[in-house]
Amino acid sequence: MLPNIDYNDLPRALQRLMAQPATDDADAAATLPRRSFLKMAGAGGLVLGAFPHLAMAQADGPAKAGGALKPTQQPSAFVQIAPNGEVTVTINRLEFGQGVQTGLPMILAEELDADWALVRSRSGTNDAAYADPLFGMHLTGGSNSIKNSYTQYRELGARARAMLLSAAAQRWKVDVATLRTQAGAVIGPGGRKAGYGELAEAAMALPVPETVTLKSPKDFRIIGRPTTRLDARAKSSGRQDFGIDVKQPGQLTAVVAHPPVFGARLASVDDSAARAVKGVKAVLRIPLDRGAEGVAVVADGYWPAKLGRDALKLQWNTEAVEKVDSDKQLAQYRELAGRPGNRKFDADMAPLAGAPHKLEAEFVFPYLAHAPMEPENCTVKLSDGRAELWVGTQSADLDGQAAARTLKLDPAQVKVNVQMAGGGFGRRFVGSSDFVVEACEIAKAARTAGLKDAPVRLLWSREDDIKGGYYRPMHLHRARIGFDARGKILAWDHVIVGQSITAGTVFAGSMVKDGIDATAVEGMRDPYPVPMRLTVHHPQVNVPVLWWRSVGSTHTAFVMETLIDEIARTTKQDPVAYRMSLFGDKHPRHRAALQLAVDKSGYGKKKLAEGRAWGVAVHESFESVVAYVVEASVKDGQPVLHRVTSGVHCNLAVNPRSVEAQVQGAAVMGLSTCLQGSAITLKDGVVQQGNFGDFSVARITQVPEFDVHIVPSADAPKGMGEPGLPPLAPAFANAVARLTGKPLRQLPFDLASA
Amino acid sequence: MSALHVNGRDHTVDADPGTPILWALRDALGMTGTKFGCGAALCGACTVHMDGQAIRSCITPIAAAEGKKITTIEAVTGGNDRVGAAVHAAWVKHDVAQCGYCQSGQIMSATAFLQSLPKGKQPSTDEIDSAMAGNICRCGTYARIRAAVADAAKTLA
Repeated sequence: MLPNIDYNDLPRALQRLMAQPATDDADAAATLPRRSFLKMAGAGGLVLGAFPHLAMAQADGPAKAGGALKPTQQPSAFVQIAPNGEVTVTINRLEFGQGVQTGLPMILAEELDADWALVRSRSGTNDAAYADPLFGMHLTGGSNSIKNSYTQYRELGARARAMLLSAAAQRWKVDVATLRTQAGAVIGPGGRKAGYGELAEAAMALPVPETVTLKSPKDFRIIGRPTTRLDARAKSSGRQDFGIDVKQPGQLTAVVAHPPVFGARLASVDDSAARAVKGVKAVLRIPLDRGAEGVAVVADGYWPAKLGRDALKLQWNTEAVEKVDSDKQLAQYRELAGRPGNRKFDADMAPLAGAPHKLEAEFVFPYLAHAPMEPENCTVKLSDGRAELWVGTQSADLDGQAAARTLKLDPAQVKVNVQMAGGGFGRRFVGSSDFVVEACEIAKAARTAGLKDAPVRLLWSREDDIKGGYYRPMHLHRARIGFDARGKILAWDHVIVGQSITAGTVFAGSMVKDGIDATAVEGMRDPYPVPMRLTVHHPQVNVPVLWWRSVGSTHTAFVMETLIDEIARTTKQDPVAYRMSLFGDKHPRHRAALQLAVDKSGYGKKKLAEGRAWGVAVHESFESVVAYVVEASVKDGQPVLHRVTSGVHCNLAVNPRSVEAQVQGAAVMGLSTCLQGSAITLKDGVVQQGNFGDFSVARITQVPEFDVHIVPSADAPKGMGEPGLPPLAPAFANAVARLTGKPLRQLPFDLASA
Repeated sequence: MSALHVNGRDHTVDADPGTPILWALRDALGMTGTKFGCGAALCGACTVHMDGQAIRSCITPIAAAEGKKITTIEAVTGGNDRVGAAVHAAWVKHDVAQCGYCQSGQIMSATAFLQSLPKGKQPSTDEIDSAMAGNICRCGTYARIRAAVADAAKTLA
């Protein structure tokens, strides 16, 4: 997902792409369908009160002041209060497991002084109000949701509260200063009390205050409290709807035959048998991502569509596209690593020659599929001059724009309804909007073919997902390190070879500088004081690549943390003490996270069970630091992870339960990358894996015992969707290396070749 | 037309007898609590009960359910199933779900497992793990699944 970049760096190309009115233009807000909020029905079927949009509230008033509020600051788009007091908070992000569906309402409810028992949550749309307030586009990624919307949602809650207070003051004809709020009610002098539900309608008519005073963190009663997810019940009973569950009247389902090699086109199509399948309504030849072609089978359900696809007789022309072979590719990467490349860091490499200790290492990381449990899907409904989409997307904006281009509509004519998603991990934020555009192409072709106005749901099979590209790129790392007997690093010469994730996309302008993609090198060197020369090669390969939970740190953390550990082993130093000595008096958050994990794990004190060893790693990504202290063993030649103790520094933990879940989940995903079968490989251009049988992910039998500990902090929160992933694999590898004496230098682990 | 007995009711489904139960439930009967994850009995997201046994509905054709009772997540957590209610409560108490997509299948596997245990038997961690090994959770909620199954077993004892 989007790594740590200054929002000022956002590419102009992207800004241009976002043809929606700029979010800092108050006039733009007037064009948005605010009125619709007034008529929306809530969960209980009640018509909800909504706060007025500034543009509407001031329609008859003086000209808009220079400091007019942006759409992202308007309570009307985010808070609805029903007469029964239910507060519905709209989230400006995709909920796909990370818990923002609960975390963002907690932040807003805190400043609103809501009764948490009456707080509900719902997903937003591609409306400008739901853009990330810092990035200016709709984005769920880079572990940014809580970090970038913390102040935004506090202010939204505080504005709504101020309006409710004003409404009560007017009703009771008292000075607003005599009033206070508590758990969803305004309380006034003489024991007067009014629930928010009673005041909401009057509050709606009042102007939205521009400036508000926020609480001191010491007064928080919702933020920081371990809180059960708002969707826990629905998700424990099959009642939670996801994008795949959308059902519009008359809806059809489409399944697509994709080419066997990325970008290939059709040589011939025989669809006679497919058309004969009962339930099949249309067979459509459509353009696909990367200049490819495919055949969509549209039917009245998934199964007939799938049978129709199975019955297609297709011949593909793969002559014009590169056919990648993983073995050859590795050889090419090795050859490339020896050539001069672009420099990320530079340092004097002269001390290498005379260093008392020298370490040379090569690391290999494979392509990885995201494999979210809910396969990619998107439902499109076309009507004259309009399109409506239902999709679990990490960027409603990007996908809405892509839909508009595909359908030759104005972006304002496309509404994207963000759906709860069954995982994503970066796969639902694609520069090309691949499967969303595919769905739009099908809807367009279906309309032309006479299936007028029937909504079409594109649904991928698991094979479509695993073989469908947009993988974490394959990488080769090489390091030559010189250090002395005390572990002082004298020179470190490092090379990274791997495809650029953002080159050729709208993100290239901000992410690629001097020929180096920031997502390939993030996590290198820092926080260690290392004189490093870092050379980077970005070969072009016919395999689509993408951010994959924690992005560059999926490989850089492994390389850094296993090499630092190896230097500690070689110089016979304790790996924790060695890291602490390298941090010196800098990096207090790294120190605190690591120390907490050490203290809670019993590291260095507890006697380990026979055959087990400790492993340690610490890594910062997305501005949060996670340290792991693990216990592992080797059984029948296979590494086994027994226990993980983590120390987390994410500043303020808005919902500690959510942080704990994110750390555990990210660690399990990191564990997956260590396990046999966790690799995507290609032969003659064809992806060799297709389902969970040959692309392995961790199962419950492989999962260790877990303890998550959070360093207390009142500082503004950082993200936790990704930072738990990077340090798991190196901590595990370091423990195994202590047992076998041999470092592990590839993922998934291969003890035989180590 | 095929007959299918689901959650105590007889249904007639306009689908070929070779159609997997999953798609009859989802597309024909509109019961979307049962999820599509892999289509190959590899992930467990589609787990339902057939005569009380956990099966993968994505590879089991309607024809195989003739004369049998299919039970889905909607009925198991609907309040009238003692074991299902205990599992549902434990899932909420432990805040198991993250994205939640696999959890219908997880709950169906857990419920079938607990129903199969002798009365009062407390399963070990290894027994829980092997009962749940066929269900993938990509969010990695496994530690809480383990705790919730053990907790549900306790409340049922």
